[in-house]
Amino acid sequence: MTEAQLIRRALKPALWILGLAPLGWQIWAFFTGHLEAEPVKGMEHFTGRTALITLFITLLVTPVRRLTGWNPVIKVRRLIGLFAFFYAVVHFSIFLVFDLQFSFGELTREIVKRPWITVGFTALLMLTTLAVTSPQAMVRRLGKRWRTLHRLIYAAAALGVLHFAWAQKKDIRLPVIYAVVLAVILALRWLPASPRSPSKRMVAEPAP
Amino acid sequence: MLIRRSADIPTREITDEKLYWSRREWLAAVGLGTVDVAVGGRAVGWPAQAREELKPTPYDLITSYNNFYEFGTGKDDPEANAHTLKPRPWSVAVEGEVKRPAVYDLDEFFRGMKPEERVYRHRCVETWSMVAPWLGYPLRDVIKRLEPGTRARYVEFVTLLDPVQMPGQRRRVLDWPYVEGLRMDEAMHPLTLLTVGVYGKPLPHQNGAPVRLTVPWKYGFKSGKSLVKIRFVERQPRNTWNISAPHEYGFYANVNPTVDHPRWSQARERPLGQFFMKPTLLFNGYGDQVASLYAGMDLRANF
Repeated sequence: MTEAQLIRRALKPALWILGLAPLGWQIWAFFTGHLEAEPVKGMEHFTGRTALITLFITLLVTPVRRLTGWNPVIKVRRLIGLFAFFYAVVHFSIFLVFDLQFSFGELTREIVKRPWITVGFTALLMLTTLAVTSPQAMVRRLGKRWRTLHRLIYAAAALGVLHFAWAQKKDIRLPVIYAVVLAVILALRWLPASPRSPSKRMVAEPAP
Repeated sequence: MLIRRSADIPTREITDEKLYWSRREWLAAVGLGTVDVAVGGRAVGWPAQAREELKPTPYDLITSYNNFYEFGTGKDDPEANAHTLKPRPWSVAVEGEVKRPAVYDLDEFFRGMKPEERVYRHRCVETWSMVAPWLGYPLRDVIKRLEPGTRARYVEFVTLLDPVQMPGQRRRVLDWPYVEGLRMDEAMHPLTLLTVGVYGKPLPHQNGAPVRLTVPWKYGFKSGKSLVKIRFVERQPRNTWNISAPHEYGFYANVNPTVDHPRWSQARERPLGQFFMKPTLLFNGYGDQVASLYAGMDLRANF
């Protein structure tokens, strides 16, 4: 099996299964009564944390590639990033449907009035921009600007963690751990690259 | 004592037999011969519309989803960790502007009084809500026996401080011990309870054993748990959540759908176990009984 085949036939199907597992778990919990006593809060927290963790994994792809020199891993970055976007959308949809009862007037008021929701919504808009510009055609059309634009992922991740911390009533231990993990992942980029690592210019090549 | 059960009591409001008998046993064990049962709040008499909603939340939800930071900040932490609490023997210190200051053994504290069952709505400041069939003593009856002086304008309630029994206190997530307070007229209101049981059983540790406050028209954080001290004071006491975040949690903390928490709306609430929210009622639906306490007061400023 060539490396490309390995990615297509093994890594990508595995990532699909892993990526859908959190959703599967929530659906199972929904139908079997295993959600929390406050089921909506439980689903919001779970999907929010899943979105952040998936975003962190997306940010790990490049350091892993640089440190191991295993270049084809870049071909799965878009898939993982889209899963992060997917969970952010589910998280937001639960809020819109169950908390705001589908009122866009209330949504607007909440976004304007409550800074922690403003922050979360901004992160969602950033991820939406990245998702929309993720197809190969968009990468080609945007050229060099694509890489600049996709640096938004750093801001989205940081705002996501801030939103998480701000949502807490008092105890921010868990969001602080997320912030530290994010900082470590970003710091990995300063480590010396493997000799097999490609030149920086090739980094933006997405999966076919 | 004869407990009558009239035919118009809905089946859902009647405690199931197993609970009923365990209740008898418990009452016998703690030496309480009789109990006044006020089903659906009949004894206190709130509006029919409110009575309709008083279907008690299942016991396992009431006892597994708790805010009791003394045992951890997660909702399931108290149930998991509160086994370290020793609710007997237990004493309550009465201090301050009162004729009979003393340290009372808990069983002595309520001697000769009859606990009442009160089915109350409970609204958390975080927007979840439940209905609980509490068993407790009207605080006013206790206060009358203690004979507070004329300078007693507020009552302060202090929770146990003991990091061995309450492992959550090893972290200073709040300013321990937990302190709450009521104005004298609030404390003397017939709805206010010193609660010792739920569903006819002694309070589980995670719900504030052996004795907690219940103030059903205020957000849950006003109802201090595992109380060890009751102080009668002249000045308004500071309360723990107000110390922690003064712009988010006030002294009064009356349930009010028109006064938002800075980070979320208080207009609606979600009953435990349910997906959709329902409107929150002013004073948690107890306005007929308590609104007069706050006549002329700016409820927005005194949140």
